[in-house]
Amino acid sequence: MTSTLFAVQVLNGLQLGVLLFLVAAGLTLVFGVMDFINLAHGVQYMLGAYLAVTFHALTGNFFATVLLALAAALVLGLILELLVFRHFYDRDHLDQVLATFGVILFLNEGVRIVWGAAPLSYPGPEALSGTIPVMEGFGYPIYRVALICAGLICALGLWLVVTRTRVGMLIRAGASNPDMLSALGIDVRRLFMVVFGFGAMLAGFAGIMAGPILSVEPGMGDGVLILAFVVIVIGGIGSIRGAFLAALLVGLVDTLGRSFMTDIFKVFLEPSAANQVGPAIASMLIYVLMAAVLFFRPTGLFPAAGRS
Amino acid sequence: MTEGLTKARIITGILVVGFAVLPMMASVADQDFLIVVATRIMIYAIAALSLDLILGYGAMVSFGHAAFIGIGAYAVGIAAEHDLWEGAITLPMAMLAAGAFALITGAIGLRTRGVYFIMITLAFGQMAYYTASSLSAYGGDDGLTMWGRTELLGSPLLEDRMAFHYFVLICLIGCWWFGARLVSSRFGRVITGVRENRARMAAVGFDPYRHQLVAYVISGMMAGLAGALLANHAEFVSPAYMSWQRSGDLIIMVVLGGMGTLYGAVLGAVAYLMMEDVLAGWTEHWRVIFGPILILLVLYARGGLARAFDRERVDG
Repeated sequence: MTSTLFAVQVLNGLQLGVLLFLVAAGLTLVFGVMDFINLAHGVQYMLGAYLAVTFHALTGNFFATVLLALAAALVLGLILELLVFRHFYDRDHLDQVLATFGVILFLNEGVRIVWGAAPLSYPGPEALSGTIPVMEGFGYPIYRVALICAGLICALGLWLVVTRTRVGMLIRAGASNPDMLSALGIDVRRLFMVVFGFGAMLAGFAGIMAGPILSVEPGMGDGVLILAFVVIVIGGIGSIRGAFLAALLVGLVDTLGRSFMTDIFKVFLEPSAANQVGPAIASMLIYVLMAAVLFFRPTGLFPAAGRS
Repeated sequence: MTEGLTKARIITGILVVGFAVLPMMASVADQDFLIVVATRIMIYAIAALSLDLILGYGAMVSFGHAAFIGIGAYAVGIAAEHDLWEGAITLPMAMLAAGAFALITGAIGLRTRGVYFIMITLAFGQMAYYTASSLSAYGGDDGLTMWGRTELLGSPLLEDRMAFHYFVLICLIGCWWFGARLVSSRFGRVITGVRENRARMAAVGFDPYRHQLVAYVISGMMAGLAGALLANHAEFVSPAYMSWQRSGDLIIMVVLGGMGTLYGAVLGAVAYLMMEDVLAGWTEHWRVIFGPILILLVLYARGGLARAFDRERVDG
């Protein structure tokens, strides 16, 4: 019984980890390559989910929805890059923080105007609507397993692109030393756009996939953004491998902490006290983890090569 | 230098006198709600001042500053829940609680630089936020209502909104004076020096980490005081005080007003909260207007309001 529950929570943790990775990957690349801190990356995730709501209402088909929403997320990301972000690449981080904060305020409120403040949702695909029986009378939804697989496939694809292709080589070079890359005659601006669009699409994909299991509401990207920050701080800025491992770690620690912390405290505390302390400590766990990692490795677990 | 000081003094004087006479004018004009609005502006001005100390003078971009406000507010709120109303105890307690949090998070966060520091303070701010949300004994997500205001040496003086306004004004002037003394002291010079060139300050023999940590703790305590006042102002405490948007608002106030000037932080708080009030009066979706305004301000109005006054003086 407990071991089944544990297995289910591990799956839930992986699922959160995979979503976090998709968001964090774009964030860490954009920061690594462009030295640009993009708070608005969380709203790309939110936009992905909202676009999927609309396209699902139009087409009624989940897979068509994914394709259309991905394309739209890419276009919106590039428009944002063109209109706003591009003008802040050579500004200091404080200006970037404020400008992208402005984008968040605008888009969170814009979404509220267009789609309303009430939480929305859309169903996952028919083919994945069943459950995998885990024990008597309880099954784990196939869609969630599919989500984990999709995330892992994305991670693998991303790893192949980054380590095995010419674009990937440029991205890695950009993360290590953008000035040198530019001096070698690479059009860094174009590389920026590619990375940016790519990151926006990954975040959008996370949002699209999360839509059927989470509620789609304004501000849904903010929490994910901050968790993604924790992930890339733990993993080391600019590192895909670091982002991947840290995302799974954060997803697991957070989910397992929330499910079992209260029970653990019940071992040596009064039940009523444990019910008070457990949730509070559980919500702090990943930040404590981050603090611990930073204490020993101030640049994260796997900093990109050449950055120290 | 002396000219700059004069300008700072003039603006400071105008702001202080403005806050001092506003309640009387408001009650003559029978617009008592203006007092409440002005008190809130002053409370945020204290918080913005505290942020300017580290952001403007020390280039430490704290994106979790609202956590200190929230901790100060919760200290007062929780004390009230346990029937402790004496301000001579609760206000220092609020500052100590915020200072302790600043000491722990600063000790870890200040080991990092630049963008890591931004993200870490943001994460610690969220940690405080979620912890407050899960404090079910003290209202959790819904917040905690205080059934009254802090007493001063046993007297319920602050229940009167006029008296509370002047009490906050005294706190604001106190913080302002303290901040001005601090930044012109030897300690303040070291902080500014570290901002300009960390390696050189270390080479001269100052420990940058320790100085920054002390500045961070002082700033946190000042923000904690603002939080304690805010709790009294609303007679309500909620996790929303600590949300990361609030931290963003504080940075906007400081940058909008002009970093590293102190009076700029107060100007920024006045300008930001008044703009919020005006825009919110037009439409509930005021953020959709404010977002682009913010982007344009960052893009074109560098140096903030303080700089604008500078230019006027030079041209005229």
